[in-house]
Amino acid sequence: MIKASVIVFPGSNCDRDVKVAIERITGYAPNMIWHGDASVPSSDLIVLPGGFSYGDYLRCGAMAAHSPIMKDVIAKAKAGTPVLGICNGFQVLCESGLLPGVLMRNRSLKFICKDVFLRVERDDTFFSRCYRKGEVIKVPIAHAEGNYFADTETLDRLEGEGRVALRYCDETGTVSDAASPNGAQRNIAGITDPTGRILGMMPHPERLYEAALGGTDGRRIFESAVISLTADAA
Amino acid sequence: MKALIRITLKNGVLDPQGKAIEGAVRGLGITGIGDVRQGKFIEVQLTETDQSKAKQIVEQMCKDLLANTVIENYAYDLVP
Amino acid sequence: MQDAAEKPTITPEIVAEHGLKPDEYQRLLKILGREPSLTELGIFSVMWSEHCSYKSSRVWLKTLPTSGPKVIQGPGENAGVVDLGDGDCAVFKMESHNHPSYIEPFQGAATGVGGIMRDVFTMGARPVANLNALRFGAPEHPKTRQLVDGVVAGIAHYGNCTGVPTIGGETNFDAGYNNNILVNAMCVGLARADKIFYSAAKGVGLPVVYVGSKTGRDGIHGATMASAEFDDKSDEKRPTVQVGDPFTEKLLIEACLELMATDMIIAIQDMGAAGLTSSTSEMADKGGVGIELVLDHVPQREANMTAYEMMLSESQERMLMILKPGREPDAEKIFTKWGLDFAVIGKTTDTGRMIVTHKGKVEADLPVTVLANSAPMYERPYFHPVPPAPVLPEWVAAPNSLMSALRTMMGSPALASRRWIYQQYDHMVMGDTVGRPGGDAGIVRVHNTQKGIAATCDVTPRYVAADPEMGTKQAVVETWRNLCAVGADPIAITDNMNFANPERPEIMGQFVASVKGMGEACRVLDYPVVSGNVSLYNETNGIGIPPTPAIGGVGLVPDVAKIADIALKRDGDLLIVIGLERGWLGQSLYQGIIAGRFEGAPPPVDLADELKAGRLVRALIREGNVSAVHDCADGGLLVTVVEMALAGDIGVELYPYEGSLPPHAVWFGEDQGRYVLSVSPAQAEETLERARLLALPARVVGRVGGDSLVIRGDGDPFPLAGLRTLHEGWLPDYMAGLSAH
Repeated sequence: MIKASVIVFPGSNCDRDVKVAIERITGYAPNMIWHGDASVPSSDLIVLPGGFSYGDYLRCGAMAAHSPIMKDVIAKAKAGTPVLGICNGFQVLCESGLLPGVLMRNRSLKFICKDVFLRVERDDTFFSRCYRKGEVIKVPIAHAEGNYFADTETLDRLEGEGRVALRYCDETGTVSDAASPNGAQRNIAGITDPTGRILGMMPHPERLYEAALGGTDGRRIFESAVISLTADAA
Repeated sequence: MKALIRITLKNGVLDPQGKAIEGAVRGLGITGIGDVRQGKFIEVQLTETDQSKAKQIVEQMCKDLLANTVIENYAYDLVP
Repeated sequence: MQDAAEKPTITPEIVAEHGLKPDEYQRLLKILGREPSLTELGIFSVMWSEHCSYKSSRVWLKTLPTSGPKVIQGPGENAGVVDLGDGDCAVFKMESHNHPSYIEPFQGAATGVGGIMRDVFTMGARPVANLNALRFGAPEHPKTRQLVDGVVAGIAHYGNCTGVPTIGGETNFDAGYNNNILVNAMCVGLARADKIFYSAAKGVGLPVVYVGSKTGRDGIHGATMASAEFDDKSDEKRPTVQVGDPFTEKLLIEACLELMATDMIIAIQDMGAAGLTSSTSEMADKGGVGIELVLDHVPQREANMTAYEMMLSESQERMLMILKPGREPDAEKIFTKWGLDFAVIGKTTDTGRMIVTHKGKVEADLPVTVLANSAPMYERPYFHPVPPAPVLPEWVAAPNSLMSALRTMMGSPALASRRWIYQQYDHMVMGDTVGRPGGDAGIVRVHNTQKGIAATCDVTPRYVAADPEMGTKQAVVETWRNLCAVGADPIAITDNMNFANPERPEIMGQFVASVKGMGEACRVLDYPVVSGNVSLYNETNGIGIPPTPAIGGVGLVPDVAKIADIALKRDGDLLIVIGLERGWLGQSLYQGIIAGRFEGAPPPVDLADELKAGRLVRALIREGNVSAVHDCADGGLLVTVVEMALAGDIGVELYPYEGSLPPHAVWFGEDQGRYVLSVSPAQAEETLERARLLALPARVVGRVGGDSLVIRGDGDPFPLAGLRTLHEGWLPDYMAGLSAH
């Protein structure tokens, strides 16, 4: 039994999508937790979904990061509960300080919705164990602010600690500026905390979890979590 | 009292919106301009009347929410 | 009524400012039996505007087929409703936001999307797909670039933030829209047939409830603006443009759907154009009741708003509801949870009058039925358009080579890829998009089922301009064909009739002929009109737009595992074209782009053949006998094949044409009723035979494979990558010019 909780902020719009994906993949429906609640029920996994929390006004994720529920999300994350932040959820993780850096406006200044290729940088973390290191996967992005920015020192630290989880690349796995859809530094599409149990990523794995939607590469993020949880329990 | 808060991108942080504005200004045929950097202006009505307490409130507001100090600086004026 | 001393005198100038003609004002005086107050004049001016009253078009729209076994609700409500089986239904409509988008492209387009979504979720449906039909001026016109940029960004902003996928649409560039762009937004929602909500306020003493955003001075006179010709002073009208807040719309959707899941609502209506005025009068009229409004209770965003301003405000993201008595506290809880305003602003009465009070004064006191039904109806004079004679294929010069003509066409504004546009729209949110933009029709799954809703919007304005009746028939048929091409059973359409000034008989003639063509196509295809919108006066300084009846078609996919797309997939497949080939070059893109002029009659439509071809294609898709399908439209056969090759990233070898027509007419002619199918060699003969049995011409035109386009007998192969650069390059390069001045 997997007890996942999906946090719903006003303006979240991928909350149902990720709920459906988790339910189909794990067999268990997650709890949907309203942002105004004081606490998250004890969970195996907390998901911060995509969308436009608080209209993305001020800065993406900034107001959600300060909503009542986030105090408890932060406390639980620090105590070891795995957290997955997708798109707006990644922005919330950065704004809340659980992950370093910030997601800035895409260099094209445009919202971009398309499938992109990602190179999997780790295959031994909570959310990545069902992938192979160096594997190229196809997952869609849909954002206007996904341009990852951090100072050089932070970037070097992330690299040094193996915390870059996913990088934008081309179909062959080559990481280049041309393969970056948004101008993210070092083509960063997703990063983790030092334990690997908090993952923030701009691409939407919940959008490609079944062939009917155009692909299944996103599925293994969730399958990895299931296996990791089983391993945790053992 | 009112706080007039300006939030700007730190030097060195790429500002594509500023670039776009610059391009558009030049497109209008206006010359004599250099770099353009854009930011936010926020006006907050304060009920606190004590100057130093007001300052504290604004500082906290800016640091905790209004600016992301990874990429942004803030500055403000308190006006009656 | 107001004290005589305070009552402003209604001068002819004030009447004119309200867009009422002198004879219309005389009609109002006669109906009321007295002079109206300023607020009342404002109320009547919006109710009698073309936008709200359809006074020039209604007499013709009544001739359209609007019912059928699958129609649950036809025109007359906020949106049309059709049956999808199993208790599911689709709710949809298309609506224009042309004039506001020209004045302020970002907000105009954004609020257009917001408005059409409200029309849909008002009916109890969750919006599940957006589409849009956009017409801009010539690319070289100085305003076009910034209009494209703003409109697309505005649509993206609103649709993306509300979390509704934008799955399709179309974009044209034509000098005829230089000063009057068209922004037509369509929304499709999904509801349960036993949970459809209507707008009739049935019952007396019921609370009238206002929810959503606060009222400000936005768009006052928006509805009359949308019915007035532009002149050079339009720039001054900027302050009347509304600003949209998609965040609030998203909350409003969730709150309304949450409330709709209960049994508290008697009637609900969005406050669209003419805001509080039209929503209250229409709800009261349909319910056969009176209504009393106390404007002091209306949530207000600005200080010192007058009754006039509140009744005419077009502030966005607002809804009006009639609740069951006593349920206000329960309903309020839901809206408070979502952070939205909730206010009881009046009640229904048995007086049959709309009585509006503000600060203790009666600001309007009008009989509801008169208000809702007294707009003048015009049978405006019109000239029958005379279609031009057909152009014979031989009259249009052949190109130096097919390939060179093709390359020019693929990179032309008319045919270049629209990826730059649809990539800015989130087309995958909601996790049910199984047919993405860039093909013939978008498809979203009916959540938690194997069924799908397919939707498309189409019209070819140059065909309509040449022959409004045939051109509109073609527009209906093209939506029908696009639905068939993805494997959907077409159900019904919505129409968005964009025309110039109907007071000119030649424009009225276009409208009349267009409605006639639409009606005929809909009747024969059993494809009724269930909702629509008319936008007239798209004209600046006497120059009108090309007649543009945009058609939105909706179909049902019984099983989303059995759909088709345009992408070639299998090396070795044969390409078969079905449908009659006559080499029709009149009004074709080849004629326009290569020969430099659009002339003659547009391609004729044979509705009986369309029915047969559509049925065959759907059957082949469901049997799994085709690996790709594309309807043959703009640009003709060769362009169709190349689009399929580009989508699948596989080359094609085309065989020489050996019939009696000029080859360039066969490859570039825009004959209707045709599809290109990709079929395995083993099944090719059977497919041809099945077409022949239906008396549909069919032939093999080429073979799939390689990484180039080969046209045998027409010189060297051309790499697909080169065609892709041409096809994908034009729009991004063009838009890059925005900042590279």
